[in-house]
Amino acid sequence: MNTLEIKNEKSNNFKYIKNFFLSLFKNKWAFGSLIWLLIIVNVAIFASKIVPHDPNRNNIIERVAPPLTTDKDGNIKYLIGSDALGRDAFSRLIYGAQVSLTVGFAAVFIGGLIGISLGVYAGFYGRWIDDIVMRLADIQLAFPFILLAILFLVVLGEGLVNLILVLGIGQWVTYARIARAQTIAQKQKEYVEAAKALGVSDFSIMFQSILPNIFAPLIVIASFNVASVILAEAALSFLGLGVPPQVPTWGSMLAESRDHIFARRWWLPFFPGMAILLTVLAFNIIGDWLRDYLDPRLKEVE
Amino acid sequence: MLVYILRRLPQTLLVIFGVTLVTFIALQIGGDPTYLFVSERASPEEIIATRIKLGFDRPLYIQYFSYLKNLLFFDFGDSLYFRQPAMKVIFETLPATIELTVFSMLIAVFGSIPFGIYAAINRGKWLDGTLMAIAMLGQSIPNFWLGIMCILYISLNISWLPISGHVPFLMPIFQGDFIQGIKNFPTTVTYLLLPSFAVAFYSLSRNARLVRSSMLEVLSQDYVRTARAKGLTEYTVVMRHAMRNAWLPVVTIIGLEFGFMLSGVVVVEVIFAWPGLGRTVFDAIAHRDIPLVQASVVVISLFVIIINLITDLIYAKLDPRIKL
Repeated sequence: MNTLEIKNEKSNNFKYIKNFFLSLFKNKWAFGSLIWLLIIVNVAIFASKIVPHDPNRNNIIERVAPPLTTDKDGNIKYLIGSDALGRDAFSRLIYGAQVSLTVGFAAVFIGGLIGISLGVYAGFYGRWIDDIVMRLADIQLAFPFILLAILFLVVLGEGLVNLILVLGIGQWVTYARIARAQTIAQKQKEYVEAAKALGVSDFSIMFQSILPNIFAPLIVIASFNVASVILAEAALSFLGLGVPPQVPTWGSMLAESRDHIFARRWWLPFFPGMAILLTVLAFNIIGDWLRDYLDPRLKEVE
Repeated sequence: MLVYILRRLPQTLLVIFGVTLVTFIALQIGGDPTYLFVSERASPEEIIATRIKLGFDRPLYIQYFSYLKNLLFFDFGDSLYFRQPAMKVIFETLPATIELTVFSMLIAVFGSIPFGIYAAINRGKWLDGTLMAIAMLGQSIPNFWLGIMCILYISLNISWLPISGHVPFLMPIFQGDFIQGIKNFPTTVTYLLLPSFAVAFYSLSRNARLVRSSMLEVLSQDYVRTARAKGLTEYTVVMRHAMRNAWLPVVTIIGLEFGFMLSGVVVVEVIFAWPGLGRTVFDAIAHRDIPLVQASVVVISLFVIIINLITDLIYAKLDPRIKL
């Protein structure tokens, strides 16, 4: 390869990245979602530095304080109120971002890793490997997922790692199905045959030649998937099956707010629910945009 | 049709086998399952006695076969908390869950069709944009939070609908008292509206998007152009010609949807104090009542599998392109 070609390739890459961001900036919903997610990620990372109060400090005297409660000097003490134990809801909300995002990303990573590997193998080799993987996928799809997660978490006990593993393993089917279908389509192309003729190992063909070509739809799925994992995590936390009770999560904040509905302490359920809604919405909008961007054919149909 | 059923049957049996295997493994995965059945303060003798009584001292494959054998007779052992057979507890609460699930399903399917068609025929206009924004929102709202907010604003603030509770409709019918069941029906529905809306909103939104895009695809096809060229009214073109093909994709996912909806029902039941299987599972989790959780998962999964099989058959019937 001579210098000129390398230069061309680099400027092409640059152009590709530039187009990507230009298209992102033009879509105000997608852009707004990205900004929101960047904020949430930063809030989660720097949670300990920005919380106004210790999220686990009780203060029974100031329990269920409404939003915008001020102290003696008129400064806002509880921005979005305090909960039944007098803990600052805002600080707990900030820490809640940590669990939701960690679980969301980690579970999707695990599910993607398992699903893509199995899917590419199944698509590439076909025959009995394909049969086994696809029957496993059928079996898993037959389960209502949350229930399966409940069963495993009740037996395994609560904890972040268990939660991530159960949610992650629950996600592999989608990735496997798409990776398999795409691999089957790519397998017949000339570049795969060329690589085979050159004596490249199967493993390299699968994961160095085919995988980059089928990555676009998988990224789209991953974005939607983070959204649904965050929803599932919230539901499990709500049922008391997430991380240990002293760790604040959006789902467990909602669970605790259940006893206050009749007293109309609306702020207790409202804010954690909004946090979940906006974050999930952002992932969904970005997924939508990515799908249109990566596969313009779909846009015509939509 | 028979050939199709016969071809579909081995697959269904395999899936049922998988469900039993996975639920069996779930119990073993945390180590010796005996500890799940005894209290924390149990003496070593008690633990050994329980282990032998429940058969956990036998080799795994024998345990699995006896598990399968018990399943055939719907025997899941006794619920640790209710002190009666787990299956009995489930059958008592199942009708309420079926009511909620079926009602939600109706909302999700029949609500999404006008929703999606309306958006499709107004493609690109503000109505389309608004409807699709609502659909996007619907796919991002946690259903249990939607339930809480409905109680807060619809039941408590403007008192349109009851806050929570349940009036049985199916239970009297199952017990043979048809008149009572039908008498209860109107009240049942008022209690059903909020929880089933909370459960259905997600699926409603997803289906609406599906109907919209499949409607757009159908509307661009030649036969629709022919129908328009014949001078048929737009209403006839959309409702009689395009609609038949446009809602097929919704039928395909009804089966999968059903399983998904049951997961939603479990959580939403807790908020509305709905005396169904979901609440039972919730209580069972709180009491670490493993046999009851296990039994519920198996029953619901089998339910979903059967529904899946039925929708596949309906689909094959509706779409003549699927050769039997």
